[in-house]
Amino acid sequence: MARINLKNLAHAYLPAPTSETDYALRKMDHVWEDGRAYALLGPSGCGKTTLLNIISGLVQPSEGQVLFDGKDVSALPPQARNIAQVFQFPVIYDTMSVFDNLAFPLRNRKQPEAEIRTRVEEVAEMLELKDELHKRAANLSADAKQKISLGRGLVRNDVAAILFDEPLTVIDPHLKLLLRRKLKQIHARFNLTMVYVTHDQLEALTFADQVVVMNEGQVMQIGTPQDLFENPQHTFVGYFIGSPGMNFLPCQMHKGVASVGPQLIPVGHGTDQLHGHFELGIRPEFLKLHPNQTPGTHRVEIDEVEELGNCKIVRVLLDGQGLKVKLTEEQEVPAEHGFLEFPPAWIRLYADSILVRSTDESQRCKGPHHE
Amino acid sequence: MNKWQDNKAWFLVIPVFLVVAASAIIPLMTVVNYSLQDIFGPNQRVFVGLEWYKEALTNPRLHAALNRQLLFSSLVLLIEIPLGILIALMMPKKGWGASLSLVLVALPLLIPWNVIGTIWTIFMRPDIGLLGAAINGMGLPFDHTSSSLAAWVTVMLMEVWHWTPLVVLLAYAGLQAIPEAYFQAARIDGASAWATFRYIQLPKLRGVLTIAVLLRFMDSFLIYAEPFVLTGGGPGNSTTFLSIYLVKLAVGQFDLGPAAAFSIIYFLIVLLFCWLFYQALLKVGTGDKS
Repeated sequence: MARINLKNLAHAYLPAPTSETDYALRKMDHVWEDGRAYALLGPSGCGKTTLLNIISGLVQPSEGQVLFDGKDVSALPPQARNIAQVFQFPVIYDTMSVFDNLAFPLRNRKQPEAEIRTRVEEVAEMLELKDELHKRAANLSADAKQKISLGRGLVRNDVAAILFDEPLTVIDPHLKLLLRRKLKQIHARFNLTMVYVTHDQLEALTFADQVVVMNEGQVMQIGTPQDLFENPQHTFVGYFIGSPGMNFLPCQMHKGVASVGPQLIPVGHGTDQLHGHFELGIRPEFLKLHPNQTPGTHRVEIDEVEELGNCKIVRVLLDGQGLKVKLTEEQEVPAEHGFLEFPPAWIRLYADSILVRSTDESQRCKGPHHE
Repeated sequence: MNKWQDNKAWFLVIPVFLVVAASAIIPLMTVVNYSLQDIFGPNQRVFVGLEWYKEALTNPRLHAALNRQLLFSSLVLLIEIPLGILIALMMPKKGWGASLSLVLVALPLLIPWNVIGTIWTIFMRPDIGLLGAAINGMGLPFDHTSSSLAAWVTVMLMEVWHWTPLVVLLAYAGLQAIPEAYFQAARIDGASAWATFRYIQLPKLRGVLTIAVLLRFMDSFLIYAEPFVLTGGGPGNSTTFLSIYLVKLAVGQFDLGPAAAFSIIYFLIVLLFCWLFYQALLKVGTGDKS
């Protein structure tokens, strides 16, 4: 069990990186607490697997350090770091039985055979592999193989952290749920630090206490699922998290009012000092669509309605600019045009894609349902 | 499915049947036909039944050639397979070094077989051959035309030089196909280099090694051109392998009947061994241990 500290960490696969774009990982400085579950979330090629491999020691970072509980492990090989890693495709030793597979890391460390037996049986019990112990690992299904990969990490009683690299990719959908629950149980039972790489936001949000959103080698935001949803620190996070992503409108701020073309949208709560060009962001879930005009609403054209069974996604045009509104199944969609309301509590402002902190922090973080 | 539809499918395999018949079955049947007759001339032949088969099976020279052949093929497999794997393991995995070593390794495979025999004849000559003269220069009398041992060593060296590259290429391709995650997992599990080889690389090479063993066994069992050029089967009969003996019989002495019977037996032996190898290699690592 360990607290993972990434200190001024950066990595480039090229020998002599010159520009920012040469880096697979740009300089970062983070502390990941002991016993928490972290998900690394981002599009393909954003550097999440590189980061994972740096933590496990498979890749040596070109700059900076990795500390486990304050101890610098940057120069240590993977086997000396007490890390377990589960890969995208199940890795098992084909010619061995399940038992031998699970015993393999312990045998490599020359532990007494009696001890190995008790450890392997314990882990098999937990992973529900007990009946399979003497079968050949090669003949098992993908989810059982993935459990063996995980088990090879768990048998070692000194594991500092378990790293997962998109471990559910090859698992059947109905087994995904079971395996994910198993992971959560293991996390709760052993209080292990877990790091889970995925590009599936649903997986990340259900698995992790803390989600690390990455893009182009940078950590965009680390936060709880709720944080990422309500207060994206970057337009990328707003867009990447949520389905559909956040709406963004270029606007001019003046005395707490955002002007989007001819429309004036009051933002309020401490944005009086902001002047100039910004982006106004609001989640489709928080926009309200009314059939009739009421004060503070804006006339929009209804462009498209997508029925998703349990909700509706309505694309509307505000002076030609597209916005998405998420409505519940019961809500009526006006035929041609409706009136859009922007609840000020859910409006976020971005300058150069970065969230502008308002002066009134407490109010900003609270949603209307808290009030 | 109705029966007519099933039968219609047979028309589609007729072209394949024709090709196989023309290339394999008809020539083979001609040999079967010869093997049952005593042939004196184009229109003079007598049916002799299984006479030639009886003769072949009791022929001590054929037995000697078969034993020699089995020894030769066993040595070939014992040397070339491990050596091929070893070289493949040492070759660079990527970059220009990988391409360069592949080309260098493949060179012997590109040379015509009789040329290989010629190259080694010259290379091993005790008077002017680079290696032959060097060995003799060190005070070891070495002449593949007069000593059986020297002839065997030379034929083995030539064979290993010529065909190990095939095993290397197959093993190299097999190694390259192993996903990186296996090696990463092995490192995390603390596996030694030997354990990584034993539990990851070797099992993953099973498929290509099956092919390598079969090809090397068949080819070495049928070897002709290189020893024919190098030693002509001698000195004495010490390097007279089955095919060299067969050609002496059929072309040298024009005993077509016995040679045909011999060919059929030869063919059945190769078939039998290949089947045995195939079965054995198929079983390795598939059956449940429990």
